[in-house]
Parts: sequence; structure tokens; C-alpha cells
Amino acid sequence: MGLDPVVLFFVFGLFAGLVKSELKLPPALYETLSIILLLAIGLHGGVELAEQASLQLLGQSGLVLGLGVLLPLVAFTLLRGLRFDRVNAAAVAAHYGSVSAGTFAVVVAFLLAKGIAFESYMPLFVAILEIPAILVGILLAKGISRDTHWKELGREIFLGKSIMLLLGGLVIGAIAGKEAIKPLEPLYTSMFKPVLAFFLLEMGLIASGQLASLKRYGFKLALFALLMPLLGALIGALLARAMGLSLGGTAMLATLAASASYIAVPAAMRLAVPEANPSLSLTASLGITFPFNILVGIPLYLALAETLIAWGL
Amino acid sequence: MPAYTRTLLTVICEAALEKKLLADLEALGASGWTLSDARGRGSRGVRSAGWDTDGNIRLEVICARDLAERLAEHLQDHYYTNYAMVCYLAEVEVLRPEKF
Repeated sequence: MGLDPVVLFFVFGLFAGLVKSELKLPPALYETLSIILLLAIGLHGGVELAEQASLQLLGQSGLVLGLGVLLPLVAFTLLRGLRFDRVNAAAVAAHYGSVSAGTFAVVVAFLLAKGIAFESYMPLFVAILEIPAILVGILLAKGISRDTHWKELGREIFLGKSIMLLLGGLVIGAIAGKEAIKPLEPLYTSMFKPVLAFFLLEMGLIASGQLASLKRYGFKLALFALLMPLLGALIGALLARAMGLSLGGTAMLATLAASASYIAVPAAMRLAVPEANPSLSLTASLGITFPFNILVGIPLYLALAETLIAWGL
Repeated sequence: MPAYTRTLLTVICEAALEKKLLADLEALGASGWTLSDARGRGSRGVRSAGWDTDGNIRLEVICARDLAERLAEHLQDHYYTNYAMVCYLAEVEVLRPEKF
């Protein structure tokens, strides 16, 4: 199988950035594209969710919340083992416990292209996974300290851009139902891939900028940024098997667990833990982990899901 | 043309601080300000505004000298250690002193 063209757009963006080309997309475009992607994913999930909401889903959501607490702890331990100081280890761990909605959009497109079905309520898990890691990260960095403005921070976390868009889409989809949403369906079908392609072009440009600062932080950070997604994917996939998700759902939860945040968490951590070096986290999550997941990770996590199922797990 | 002297406080800092700064201005009693996006380079490297967290703002407040000094002191106490921030004061002439 040849490379998916959307992935080639990402590679193109990386290349253009690395050779310091004049190519630049206006910042407003990136914002627009990510809004369309998140709303489309949310809407589609909402329509399906309305048709199969169940008590089981509530239990699964609880487990996913647990995954969101566990992942930053694993990342923190790994980072401390690599001798990062506590504050920076905690900040980076928060990024890796949370998820990247961009990576999620790519795995959605990947599974759709392969014709592999997945649980339609996955967008709900994306929203759930965004939150706990930020709190765990702050606690790891500072303990329960009085100078954390929890109220302000709560607003930042729970009313963050991607959570609002995903949940907004889910609710609109659920209320409107399948028939009424039909005119909007192209968002998820014929429009999804073109939008994703442009989005990934911009992500490639941004990632290349982060990659340039890798020299400053060196080998240890790169090692972590490659090890952690693999470890996260394994944990995510095992949990998905325990939850009884389908093949597509397992690959997806593995991908979510492997991905690292680069929007919601950096903004929250900058305010809550200003002592931490923000470019350390961004270099790792945007410069290394995101490209790794897009280029290598997602097919690998699907293979992992297939293997686990073949083993009867 | 009669002119009156006021102080212009200019703050250039990380966009992440925007909400916090505006709340501080409000609390310390500044009655108006102007905000714009900015790019540049300083002791914390190039801040190109190519990415959300890399964004910068430039905040301008025209007010009485003592308020400007209080604001500057507050910024220095709270943000200088951990954030990319520059602030400076300048004397400016205004035509309508009651506005500032």
C-alpha cells in the first residue's frame, strides 16, 4: 500500500519547514481547519451516540478517565528515570497523559480508508482524556499548593477549545439525529480528508520548527518522546481489550494513549506551572511524537491491536 | 494647543498572560488599555508567534505616573521570573487629560 496522501501532505510540510522555505499558512487558517475537523468528528460521533447510549458506556468512560490519570504517572516516572528535574518532568508528563485531537483526526481517516469499523463514541473519550493529565501534572509539579488558582485553571481546562468543539458537536449531533444531520454529513465524508490534508500541511510546518530546537535538549528528550508513545499505546490497547472494544476501537484508544497534547496542555501548564520550560514539552510532543505517530505509529498500533486480538486478549 | 503630561506604560509579553494581565489592570484601577499582537526577539529567543503558545502581546496603558509605577512594580513582582516580559514607561502628551 502506498502512503496515504494526507500523510504525504504532512511530509511535504515537514520538508518545506526544514529547508526554511517561504511557505507559510496564515495562522487563522490552521485555526479554521482544526475547528472544522473537531466539529465534524463530534457531530458524527453524536449522531451514533444517540442511537447506542448505554450504561456500559458510562463504565467505559470511567476506565478511560483512569487511563488519563495513569498515563502522566507513567510518563513522569520515565522522565525522572532519565534525570529530568521534577517540575519539567511533571509538565512534560501532563502533555503525554493528555491527547492530541489532530492525531485522532488522522487515525479516524486512516481507519475509514481501510474500512475498519470503530466505536462511534470515541470522540467522547478524546474529551475525557484531555482533562485528568493536566491536574495530575500540576499536582506532580507543586503538590496541593495554595498559589494555584484552581477556579481560573478549571475554566481553562474544562472550557478549552477542543473540548468545547468536540462536546458541542457531540451534543448537536445527538439532538439533531441522523436524518436532520444529513445536509452536514459532507463535513465528515467528502470534506474530511481535504481539510485534514491542509491541516497536516500546517502541522508539518509547525513540527519542523519545533524539530529545530531539538539540538538544544538532546538525546534524552528524543528517547522519551519515542519510548512514551509506544508504552502508552501498549497500555491503551490492553485497556481497550479489557473493555471489549472492537479492532478499530482498540487501535484508536492505543493511538490516543500514544499521542501527546500540544494545544490545551501547554496553555494550562504555562499558567499553572510557569517555572517549567515550555519549549521542552512542545519540542517533544510536536517535534517528535506527533510526526512519529503520523508516519509510523498509527499503522503500528493497528498491527498491535490485530496481534492482541489474535492472541485472544 | 494645551497639552498635558501622562505616563505611557508599554508591556510586551507572552500571549498566555493576557487574561491574567487584564484582570490585574482592572484590579489596580487602570481605566483603559490597548492590546495588539506582537513578534520579536529577546533574551528568551525568537518569539515568532508561529504557534499559539509562542504568541506575544503588546499592551499599552496611558495613565497617571503613580498608577503606571504601581502597575510596573506589580508586573515585576509577579511575572518577571518565569515569563518572557518587557515593560517600560514613557512620558507622553495628551490633549484630553480627563480621559487618562
